[in-house]
Amino acid sequence: MITVNNLCKSYRMGPNEVLALKNASFTIENGDYVAIMGPSGSGKSTLMNLLGCLDLPSSGIYQLDNQEIQNLDLNELAQVRNKSIGFVFQNFNLLPRTTALENTELPLLYGRIPDSRNIALSALDKVGLADRATHKPNELSGGERQRVAIARAIVNSPSLILADEPTGNLDSKNGAEIMGLFRSLNNEGVTIILVTHETEVAQEAKRIIRMKDGEIVSDQALAKDPASC
Amino acid sequence: MLIWGLFKMALRALWANKMRTFLTTLGIIIGVASVISMISIGEASREKTLDTISKFGTNIITVRPGEKKTRHVATDKVDTLVLEDAEAIATQISGVTGVAAQVQRGAQLKFRNKNVSSTVRGTGKDYDWLANYQINHGRYFGESEIRSSRKVAVLGATVVKNLFEEKNPVGETIKIDGNNYLVLGTMVAKGSLRWFDPDDQIFIPITTAQKRLFGIDHIQSIDVQAEKIDDIKRVIADVEVLMRKRHRIREGKEDDFYVQNSAEWLTGWGDAAKSFTYLLGGISAISLMVGGIGIMNIMLVSVTERTREIGIRMAVGAKRNEIRQQFLIESILISFLGGTVGVVFGIAISKMVSSMGGWDTAVSLNTILLAFGFSVVIGVFFGFYPANKASKMNPIEALRYE
Repeated sequence: MITVNNLCKSYRMGPNEVLALKNASFTIENGDYVAIMGPSGSGKSTLMNLLGCLDLPSSGIYQLDNQEIQNLDLNELAQVRNKSIGFVFQNFNLLPRTTALENTELPLLYGRIPDSRNIALSALDKVGLADRATHKPNELSGGERQRVAIARAIVNSPSLILADEPTGNLDSKNGAEIMGLFRSLNNEGVTIILVTHETEVAQEAKRIIRMKDGEIVSDQALAKDPASC
Repeated sequence: MLIWGLFKMALRALWANKMRTFLTTLGIIIGVASVISMISIGEASREKTLDTISKFGTNIITVRPGEKKTRHVATDKVDTLVLEDAEAIATQISGVTGVAAQVQRGAQLKFRNKNVSSTVRGTGKDYDWLANYQINHGRYFGESEIRSSRKVAVLGATVVKNLFEEKNPVGETIKIDGNNYLVLGTMVAKGSLRWFDPDDQIFIPITTAQKRLFGIDHIQSIDVQAEKIDDIKRVIADVEVLMRKRHRIREGKEDDFYVQNSAEWLTGWGDAAKSFTYLLGGISAISLMVGGIGIMNIMLVSVTERTREIGIRMAVGAKRNEIRQQFLIESILISFLGGTVGVVFGIAISKMVSSMGGWDTAVSLNTILLAFGFSVVIGVFFGFYPANKASKMNPIEALRYE
C-alpha cells in the first residue's frame, strides 16, 4: 500500500527554485491499477521518480508498505528499489550485449537471491519469452524487448510496478500485447502505476490521476466491467 | 555470487571493446616487463661484478706504506714497510690465516724470440691461495725458494697465452729484464676486470724480487687474511697497534702506513650497483605509472559511455559501492592481465639479454611479486577515481542519458 501526504519536490535551476511537485496526497491500495496522465512538465515524471525511490522528496511523507521512504539513505533506497519496485521504461533500458535471461536476472543478482537463474527463467516464461532466453536485446523485436523488461520488473515479485510510457516506442499490436500483460499481472494482484499521455492506454487502468503544473487536478476511479475488455 | 556476476560483467565489457582493452593492457604490459627486465639485468650485472671482485678475497686486509690521508698520492714515505713487518703480523697476531708481503713492478719478459711487458709480483708462499689463484700446471714456490732467493717464476694465464701460445711452459726458462728464471708453474685464469687483468702478471719469491730484480729493501704492501670475516675489525686494530709499535710511532703522531679492507670496498661497490638497479627499476616504474594513467583515461571514457547502463543498474537496486566495485574490477582485470603478460615478457627479455650478454640473469620471485603487486595497486589506484565517479551518478539523470 502506498500513502502519499503533502509530497513536494523542488529543484534548484540556477538562481531559481522550481517547484516540480506541489502537495501531492493520495493513497493507492494493493492490487490497484493507476494511470497518471498529464502534459509534459506537469510533474508526472517527478512523481514517478519519487514513487520509484529514485529520488527523495523535498518535504512530505511517502509510505510504501509501511516504510517511511523520505527517511531512508541512498543504500536503503537502492534496497527498496531492488525488493519492492519493478521499473518498465519507454525505451526498455535493457543492458546491451547481455542476454534476455541475464537482463532478467540482474535484480536478483543485486538482491543476492540464490537460484537466480531459475527464477529469471520462470519470469521470462511468464511473459512468453522462455525460448528467447539466450537472445541479446539487438536480436529481439521491440515488443519482445519490452516483455524482457517486464520480466525483469516482476522477477523480484515486487509490490509495485512503475511503467513510464511502456507502449510509447511500440506499434499498436505490440502495445496491445504489453497492455494485456499488465492486465493479467494486475489480475494476479500486482499493483501497477502507469504514466502515459494516451487516453486509450489510460483507460486500461482502474483509476486515473491527472496532473498539471506540478499539482494533481483530478483523481478518478474508472467503472470497470470485467467483460468489456 | 554477486562478485562472480560483476566479474563476468567486467569481462564482457572488456571483451566488447577488444582493441581498447588491448591497448590499455599494453601500457601495463610494457611497464611490468620493463620493471622486471631492468631490475633483473641490474641485479645480474651487480652479481657478476661482485663475483669477480670477490675472487680477490673478501676477508683480506692490506697494509700499505704512507699516510692514510694521502693514500692515493705517492708520498715520500713509501719505504716504511719491511719484510719483517709481515713476519711479525703472521706470528704475533691471532686469527690470521695467511700473510703475503708484496712488491711489484712492470718488467720485460722474454721467451726465445717473444717479448712482452707484464707485471712482476714478488710475494710470499701464501699469496696464491690468499688471492684465490689456482695452480694450473706445475706448482707454486715455497719457503725454501724464498729463503734462498731462487730465480723461479709462476706465470699468470695471460702471460702464458702471450709468451707460450697456451703450451705448457713448466720447466722452460724465461728472461725477466735479461735474467733467467725457471718456470715452476702456471695459474688458472681468474677473468679480467675492466680496469685490471689479474692474469697478466708473473709471481716470483719476494726475496728474489727485492734483491735480484728491483734492488730494494722495503716492501710495497702486506696482504693479511683474517680467519673469520666477522673478526676483521679486530684484526685491523691489532695490526695497527703492532705496526705503530714496530715503527716506533709515538702517541699523537700519524701512522706511516694505512690499512685497507677489501670487504668494505666490496660492500661499497655493491651498494653503488644496488642503487643503480633501483634507478633502472625506478625509471621503468614510471612507464608503469603512465600505463596506469592510460587505465584511468579509458575507464573515464567507459564510465561516460555506459552512463545509461549505470542508471539501469541503480534502478534495479545496485548500491553505490556495488557500481564502484564493478568498475574497479574492470580496471584491476586490465592491470592484472597486463601484469601477467608483462611478467612473461619481462622474464623473456631478461633471458634474451642474458644469453646475448653472457650474464646469468636471475628473475627473482621478489621482483615478479613486486612488479605484479605494483601493477594491481596501480589498477586499484587509477581505477578508483572513474569507479567512484560512476557510483556517484544520479540514477534519474543516468537513465535519461543519451
